[in-house]
Amino acid sequence: MKNFNRRNFLKGGLATGLAAAATGAPKPAAASGTFGGYPNSMGVLVDFTRCVGCRSCEAACNKEQGLPAPDKPFDDLSVFEERENGQQRRTSERAYTVVNRYDQTDRKSGPVFRKFQCNHCNEPACLTSCFVNAYTKTPEGAVAYNSKVCVGCRTCMVACPFYVPAYSYSSVINPVVKKCVMCYDTRLKFGRPPACVEACPQEVMTFGHRDDLINLGHERIRNNPDKYVDHIYGEKEVGGTAWMYMSDVPFEQLGFNTNLGNEPIISYVKDFLTIVPMVLTIWPALFTGFYLLANRKKAGVGAEKPEPKQEEKKS
Amino acid sequence: MGLSRVKSFMILIGSLGFLAGAGNGLAETGPDTVVLDSLAEFYEPVQFNHAVHVDLAEGKCAKCHHHTTGAAPLEPRCLECHKGGSDGGVYACRDCHPLKRFEADYLAALDGDRQRFHLDKPGLKGALHRNCLTCHVENGGPAGCQDCHARNAKGDALFRADIVAPPPGQPTGGH
Ligand code: SF4
Ligand code: SF4
Repeated sequence: MKNFNRRNFLKGGLATGLAAAATGAPKPAAASGTFGGYPNSMGVLVDFTRCVGCRSCEAACNKEQGLPAPDKPFDDLSVFEERENGQQRRTSERAYTVVNRYDQTDRKSGPVFRKFQCNHCNEPACLTSCFVNAYTKTPEGAVAYNSKVCVGCRTCMVACPFYVPAYSYSSVINPVVKKCVMCYDTRLKFGRPPACVEACPQEVMTFGHRDDLINLGHERIRNNPDKYVDHIYGEKEVGGTAWMYMSDVPFEQLGFNTNLGNEPIISYVKDFLTIVPMVLTIWPALFTGFYLLANRKKAGVGAEKPEPKQEEKKS
Repeated sequence: MGLSRVKSFMILIGSLGFLAGAGNGLAETGPDTVVLDSLAEFYEPVQFNHAVHVDLAEGKCAKCHHHTTGAAPLEPRCLECHKGGSDGGVYACRDCHPLKRFEADYLAALDGDRQRFHLDKPGLKGALHRNCLTCHVENGGPAGCQDCHARNAKGDALFRADIVAPPPGQPTGGH
């Protein structure tokens, strides 16, 4: 696994935060420098106008990651009706990606299907919040995860603005958090796209340099202004994400939280660090940051709302 | 998709198939059947009835073969360079849309390609599915995966067809 040496993240982020505080000049969050991702890092542009809800991507993910057997075969489309506490399916320790259906009344090609997985943020809140550094943002763009280091504290689950990391209950001895790693070890580091990207019959997902994908996405919008919503979700949200989305239906209607803002989550945390430069206060500060974030998250709708049972997990 | 639409699609297919018999084998209309076997790892090859689809498209080749059969391309993005469209003798989808769209060497070559528009050119699988399935969905044609692709044993394993879903209402043990 590639070394991680971005100063914006926790260890370095802490140091710069404290240094700024020492000079007595707390800077605005943005001035502390947003990372914006590694130059040349890879990404995936997901075009929901193309998805037909076949779940081939879920099947491919299960196989590639050696995940446990699902409850229903991958060609069983009744999963789209499933609701848990009123919520559609979410990623779990057994499924790093899920596809959900959003019914439409007035769309030529019927319902919209939304594929969901870790967004591989440019400045991942999971990584920032992890005090044992179990997460790594690789130069290729993946947010990879080392289960050997993870102590199972679940802070990342609270921190992630998209509610991605899932807790594995299957091993009491080695409790770990599980999430999509963009097939880093098996594919991405060899220059190949994740298994789901390749499996998709519709090529819903375009794999390439993140910068190119942004241009390409805007070009698609320019060429089909009547078709697309004029927005690429993830281009700017929470500091930018490696996985980005295009749609012909407003993102709010597909369970996207459109209230997250463009600041990376770390900025909320850093603000507090610059005000209170004491190591012992870092945790409360972190959690205050998360509290602010949680309020923003609450403003969201649909798939990105927390499951009520996450309340228990926090304690 | 209404049942009546599916029915009329079937009837259309049936009658056109019958009519197509008369004009079979003409060079201008291409092959009668095309075997699509690039997904052979998981699916049985598809015997694509080209003749029927020629008639469905009312002989307008460009409906599927954009800008290779003398008509201007449909995508404005392609139009920027491939203006008039030309009959370059290249008709097969796979001659332009790469089978190995996701192999590292193809992606590396794309990186060096200064014609950046080609970054968005779908591979063979994407091109075929988007062309075929979009039309099938919109016009009530068969649109389930296995309506066209019979899965083989390896495909069954990939989709975990061995799993029997629990009856509704039963706890699944998930999460
Ligand atoms: S989506 Fe969540 S888990 Fe994925 S990188 Fe971003 S913060 Fe981390
Ligand atoms: S494989 Fe592609 S078309 Fe099928 S559900 Fe996944 S993203 Fe959608």
